[in-house]
Amino acid sequence: MDLPAPRRGRIGGVLLNRLARRLLAGLPAFRVITLAFTLLAVAAAVAILVQAELLARLLADGVLDGPSAGSVAGLLALLAGVFAVRAGLSWAQQALAQRAAASAKASLRRQVLRRTQELGPGWLSGQHTGGLTTTLGRGLDALDPWFTGYFPQLFLAAVIPLAVLVRIAAADLASAVIILVTLPLIPIFGVLVGMSTKRATERQWRALERLGGHFLDVVAGLPTLRAFGRAKAQAEQVRRIADEHRSATMRTLRIAFLSALVLELVATLSVALVAVPIGLRTLNGGMGLETALLVLLLAPEAYLPLRALGSQFHASTEGLAVAERCFTVVDADGGPAARVAAAEVDAVPDAAAGIRFENVTVRYPGRDEAALDDVSLAIAPGERVALVGPSGAGKSTLVNVLLGLVTPTSGRVLAGGADVASAEAESWRRQLAWVPQRPHLFARTVAENIRLGRPDATDDEVVRAATLAHADEFVARLPRGYETPLGERGAGLSAGQRQRIALARAFLRDAPLLLLDEPTAGLDAGSEAVVVEATARLMAGRTVLVVAHRPAMVLDAGRVVTLDHGRIAGPARAEVG
Amino acid sequence: MVRRIAGLLRAHLGRLLVAVSASVATELAALALMGTAAWLLARAAEQPPLAALSLAIVGVRAFATGRGVFRYAERLASHDAALRALATLRGRVYDALVPLAPSGLPAYRSSDLLSRMVSDVEAVQDLVVRVLVPVSTAVVVAGVAVGFSALVLPSAAVVLAAGLALAGLVVPLLMVAAARRTARRLAPARAELAAHHTDLLQGSADLAVFGATATALDEAERASERLARLERRTALTTALGGAAAMLVQGVTTVAVTVLALGARADGGLAGVMVPVVALVALIAFEPVLPLVPAVQRLLEARSALRRVLAVLDTPPPVAEPGDGALPAPSGPVSVALRGVSVRYPGATIDAVDGVDLSLTPGRRVAVVGASGSGKSTLLACLMRFIEPSAGTVLLNGADARRYDGDDVRAVITGVTQDAHLFHTSIRENLRVARPSASDDDLLAALQTARLRDWVESLPAGLDTMVGESGGQVSGGQRQRLALARALLADPPVVLLDEPTEGLDPRTADDLMTDLLASTRGRTTVVVTHRLAGLDAVDEIVVMDAGRVVQRGTHAELVAVDGPYQDLWWASRPALASE
Repeated sequence: MDLPAPRRGRIGGVLLNRLARRLLAGLPAFRVITLAFTLLAVAAAVAILVQAELLARLLADGVLDGPSAGSVAGLLALLAGVFAVRAGLSWAQQALAQRAAASAKASLRRQVLRRTQELGPGWLSGQHTGGLTTTLGRGLDALDPWFTGYFPQLFLAAVIPLAVLVRIAAADLASAVIILVTLPLIPIFGVLVGMSTKRATERQWRALERLGGHFLDVVAGLPTLRAFGRAKAQAEQVRRIADEHRSATMRTLRIAFLSALVLELVATLSVALVAVPIGLRTLNGGMGLETALLVLLLAPEAYLPLRALGSQFHASTEGLAVAERCFTVVDADGGPAARVAAAEVDAVPDAAAGIRFENVTVRYPGRDEAALDDVSLAIAPGERVALVGPSGAGKSTLVNVLLGLVTPTSGRVLAGGADVASAEAESWRRQLAWVPQRPHLFARTVAENIRLGRPDATDDEVVRAATLAHADEFVARLPRGYETPLGERGAGLSAGQRQRIALARAFLRDAPLLLLDEPTAGLDAGSEAVVVEATARLMAGRTVLVVAHRPAMVLDAGRVVTLDHGRIAGPARAEVG
Repeated sequence: MVRRIAGLLRAHLGRLLVAVSASVATELAALALMGTAAWLLARAAEQPPLAALSLAIVGVRAFATGRGVFRYAERLASHDAALRALATLRGRVYDALVPLAPSGLPAYRSSDLLSRMVSDVEAVQDLVVRVLVPVSTAVVVAGVAVGFSALVLPSAAVVLAAGLALAGLVVPLLMVAAARRTARRLAPARAELAAHHTDLLQGSADLAVFGATATALDEAERASERLARLERRTALTTALGGAAAMLVQGVTTVAVTVLALGARADGGLAGVMVPVVALVALIAFEPVLPLVPAVQRLLEARSALRRVLAVLDTPPPVAEPGDGALPAPSGPVSVALRGVSVRYPGATIDAVDGVDLSLTPGRRVAVVGASGSGKSTLLACLMRFIEPSAGTVLLNGADARRYDGDDVRAVITGVTQDAHLFHTSIRENLRVARPSASDDDLLAALQTARLRDWVESLPAGLDTMVGESGGQVSGGQRQRLALARALLADPPVVLLDEPTEGLDPRTADDLMTDLLASTRGRTTVVVTHRLAGLDAVDEIVVMDAGRVVQRGTHAELVAVDGPYQDLWWASRPALASE
């Protein structure tokens, strides 16, 4: 429904604003589509003229001579043909527009997804990813009205009034003058009324937004209201605010709909202004009936496309708002800093040659405390380091720096003498394997999930990795074994089973540097023993940095590093109490 | 479903009739404008005296003006009716939600679902403005046009009626069938694409580290292109609806013209009426053509309203005792759980499984455990938001089921999970807990929650607006406001569900210490995953998968191997490094 919103005012103003132009620029066949819409609009204008011509001839003859239908069969067939052509043109225009919409949505999706991956997990963790998934799915369908309504209407509005005006001028100059004078009133009044209603709605907007949002606020707060015994008392207020919302909305709509009133009046009164004089001139014999009927039939066609343009514009604003949300992501700042070009890299970091953190500090935007504060740490080749500390101490940030997911604000991380951050992320990460605390299982088969870090691994290698990770025993029992789909579409796995898939991933990756967020946290006792055993096997012969959550894991480590408030709080022994 | 929606709209029948009448008047004015103008020209060609035309001239001007004015009235009346229907439905939905929140409705576990439900309710506006009014208008205008034709030329009326029925009924119904088929064909492609999106957005770290981002992006793009290809292919059929209706309009107009010319030749129709009959046929289709998109709207609104009706029909998770309720508990309150199990509808395992708990006056208990271990369900059970599926909750020795739910929550309440800050002032947010509280009471509660200095430093003080769009409140302040609210309610038994959730560690530990200090001597249950200060509580209950796996004091639990010791060790680096 046509609720007024300042957003519309901001988007409006020009026929194709920056947002719309950008949307069109994403279309692969933009020129072809533009040309097709132009040709279709010209054809539609011709069809309108021919249709009016034929109808006027037939009806005038019908009034004056009363010919038999048989004697005008040719004209009637032609008229039917023109109607068919107009229907065909409308079909072609809609089909083309819907196809363009499908392509534009695919293009937006591609841009947004590419950008999210460049921005990286750090940026994504601060986003509402569920909402983003909805936007990229159903949300983008809001663009359909823009493509099937407003955009093609632009071409019709540019061509048809002009063609109609020229034809009327050829038939009767006086009528053409009336239309020529009144036609511009539609855009002029449209803009004038639009501007004044915008001011009025902007004044009311905050109140409308508050009243409109009240229901969601109260519904979301209902558990709190019930907790304090206030739920029933609020029922009356819900109704009262809904009613206030109605009357406030109606106050703005009374102004907003004035534009519809004015435009409608301009269009219909103009038809009356044309019809009455030509009627009088027909009466004194100054004009033939056929010409008079032609002018009467054509006059409304001059106004229709412009009025339709206005209403299509309002129907398509939601789609532009969705496009704007998408472009906000595409234009977002953030993500790991740009890496230096590969040519400038003189040394390639070598994970097998030991790791050194040199005065690494990480600050996240909007946080007072540094997540990592001047951390220096050396890990020798083949060494096993356990990282401990309370939640929020900076353990994950330290691991993310090593993974290349977070770039240090200052300081650097060296591997074999080369700065990890200056290397190409891919070549660095090829040397490491990672088992996060909550691994993501992808909507693919078990085998493809294990192959994540080595897509070319053979089936035997996958099974071997799964066996080492104690995953084979439950995968073999799944309905389709390694070909069972997982993730959203597939079978639900327990937390322990997910961990074992992640361990299998790391086994298959077979990298010299292993980063683990202790995989036993939050597992039931049954899973825990097997996961511990598999983890120990995975760590053998590699350089390991493990975030430890239990003393048992620390006992396995060669060295324990304690983090507290982003600083290294000194080495720690594994004893309890 | 139709009957229930009709029942909902019945209260606004008068206004709906006004809206439909104004809409019908608009379209009839358009019809009459062209009909009268055509008659005017045709009659003028017969060169009668001017007086014979004067009525038609007046008519043309009047219908031209009328159309604009009626349109304005229709817009206002239909939106007014729609907003009134929305207000009614919101009231009903709220009443239905009261006994459901938070345990009786899955929407309360996801903010996305909750906002979808709220926008589903708004579908009733579309139903009125974009479906009911246009459809009724089309029916009435079509009837008038057919009736007029029947008076002038009955054969034309038959053709017109058939054409209007075809364009207004058959074509939209065919389009509904086509849309259903399209949706079925697109559904798997949409689902596949959504799965790729989830993988890329939630698994981006796994993809990046294992070098699989590029492959995953390519796959997502291929899925997106597959959907686009399907959409492009279906576009050829979905675009047919409007074109088919236009074709029917053309064919009908030609047929009516043929009939009019024939009748004129036979002398059955006056010459002046030929253009009138033909143009009335042509223009009668104008309100009928929009029915194709209107039907699409109807389908969307129907699925939204069906979801709303499902909410209205959801049975409350807790049965109230009604007239036989015990009087509200008074005096010192003691609570006991005896083998309490809770299973959510449709679940295969218990969320809480055979839990015993004793809360004598003044006793403080902490519940710790991983997320999903049943801690919050346990509190929901204590607050009678959900019924135990086995075992009993005893309140002062009597089964809690015999008390009215509101009476139970008057003595057992506090900071619930996701405690909500309403979009209003700090004062009003706090007064939710005690509407009669004076500003001094509020400031005292804020003082205990260590928030008084902050509130007093704000330019608007207690009148500062907070809530979803009241950006200036940090996560810590939000939690402390919720705590102040719970302290203001001052129930005999205080429940605190994850009161430090989402805070940075230092703030969390500070708040936890404050909390435990302010609840000293008060019966308290605190659910937490941070162990700071838990040496001050009387009993710690460790939960895992709905069951109690360890219980005892901090000193007892930390001394034995087990999950509590692991948690304690991981949270205290200073201790580990001793």
